[in-house]
Amino acid sequence: MAGTQYRGSEIKDVDQFLNDSKGLDSEREKEIGQHIGYRYDVNLVPDYDRLTPFLKDYMEYMGWDDLNWLEDVHMGYEDGNAAVFDRNINGWVRVPKSIEMPDNQQDRDMIARELLIKFQMSDRHPLVNLRKAYAKF
Amino acid sequence: MAGVTDEQLQGMSQEERAKALGMTTEQLTGRSLFIEFDPEAEERFGYPWAPDVDYNKRIEVDTDELSTTEVNEKLRALMAEGYGSIVVKNPRGKHALGVGILNRLNLVFEGSLGYFAVGLIDGPNVRINGRVGWSCGENMMSGTVVIEKNAGSTFGAAIRGGDLVCKGSVGSRTGIDMKGGTIIVGGDTGALSGFMMQRGRMIVCGDAGKNLGDSMYDGTIYIGGEIRSLGVDAVEVELTELDRKWLTRKLSQYDLLPSQGVDHFTKIVAGKQLWNYDNLEPTEKKLIL
Repeated sequence: MAGTQYRGSEIKDVDQFLNDSKGLDSEREKEIGQHIGYRYDVNLVPDYDRLTPFLKDYMEYMGWDDLNWLEDVHMGYEDGNAAVFDRNINGWVRVPKSIEMPDNQQDRDMIARELLIKFQMSDRHPLVNLRKAYAKF
Repeated sequence: MAGVTDEQLQGMSQEERAKALGMTTEQLTGRSLFIEFDPEAEERFGYPWAPDVDYNKRIEVDTDELSTTEVNEKLRALMAEGYGSIVVKNPRGKHALGVGILNRLNLVFEGSLGYFAVGLIDGPNVRINGRVGWSCGENMMSGTVVIEKNAGSTFGAAIRGGDLVCKGSVGSRTGIDMKGGTIIVGGDTGALSGFMMQRGRMIVCGDAGKNLGDSMYDGTIYIGGEIRSLGVDAVEVELTELDRKWLTRKLSQYDLLPSQGVDHFTKIVAGKQLWNYDNLEPTEKKLIL
C-alpha cells in the first residue's frame, strides 16, 4: 500500500520514515533541509477487512456503518517515530515503542485510529482542561 | 491542575481558571509539547463531558413557535435528559439549526432548513427530510448528515470529517476548503466544487460544473457524469481497485449506487504543481534571521 508518488519524494517502503527520520529524497528537499508534504498517503482509503474489534465496537456505539471520520486517520511519522496527528490539538501524538508496528500501512492505520479514539476520549486529553477553562456553555 | 476542584474552578474568572489549570498565554515558539499515547488507556467511546444518551429514548418536538436559539437550547436540554433520538417537527427553514452537537445522537428534521444547518457537529447522525440552504454541514467534524432533497452553495464548506450526503443536487463551491471527510452528491454539483480542497473525498453521481477542483492541494474527487471543465492543477488519474471497492460500499450505504456500478466514475486529484510553499520556505527563514 505504501507507494504513492508525491511531488517532493516517493514513499518506497512502509518503514521509510522510521529508518530515515529526515526522509529527504528530492533535490529540493535536500536544498531546503526538510521533507515536503505528508509522511503518509493522505488519500489511502481503509481496507475494512482489517478492522480491529475495538473499532467495530466504536462504530456500533456511534451508529455508523463505517469508520466515518476515522477514514482520514493514518499512521504517520514524526522524527523517526510512529505518530498520529490529532486534529483536536493540532499536533502529533507519538506511539510508544512498546507497541509493535505491523508490516503494512493498512494495519498500522487501524492501530492509529484505535489509539487516537482512546486518547481523545480520555481525561488526559488537553481538550478536557481547555474546556474547563474556556467553555462558554 | 492537581488539587483544584471543579467547584473551585467555577468560582474563578476565565484567566484564573486557565492559570490554575497550568495554561499559559504567552507566545510559544518551536516544539513545546511532547505527548505519547497510553497503551493502557481506558476504552471509552464518547468525550468525557458528552451526555450519555440512549438511542431507544425518543421524543418529538414541535418547533413552529420557537426561535433558532430556543430550538438549539431545547436539543441540548433533551440530550442532557438522555434522549438519543429526537425528531424536530416544523423547522420552517430556520437558519443554523442543530449546530455544535458533540456527541452521538439520532436527529431527524421533518422539513427544510435554512443557512448553516448542522454546522460544527461532532458525532450525530442527522436526516433532513427536505432541502437546506447555504453551507450545510460547515466545519463538520464527524457523524452522518443525509439531506433527502437539494442543497444550496458551499455545501460542506471546510468540512473536516464525517459523511455529508445530499441525495439531490447542490449549488456551487461544494466542499470549498474541505480538510477531510466525505461529501456525497446524488445529483449534480455547481461550479468551483472542491475549490482549495486539502484532503478528504467527494463523490458526485451526476455532472460537475466549471473549474472542478480548482487549486486543490490534496484529496480525491470522483465524478459519475460529465465534467464541464477542470480547475487549475486538478488532474485525472486512474481508478484503482481499492477505489472501486470503497465507492461501491460508500454509495450502497446511502442507496446511491448507480445501476451500472462505479466503473464509469472519473477520479480527480491534485497535480501538486501549486505546491509552492517549499519554494517560499528559505525566504521566510532568511526574513526571520
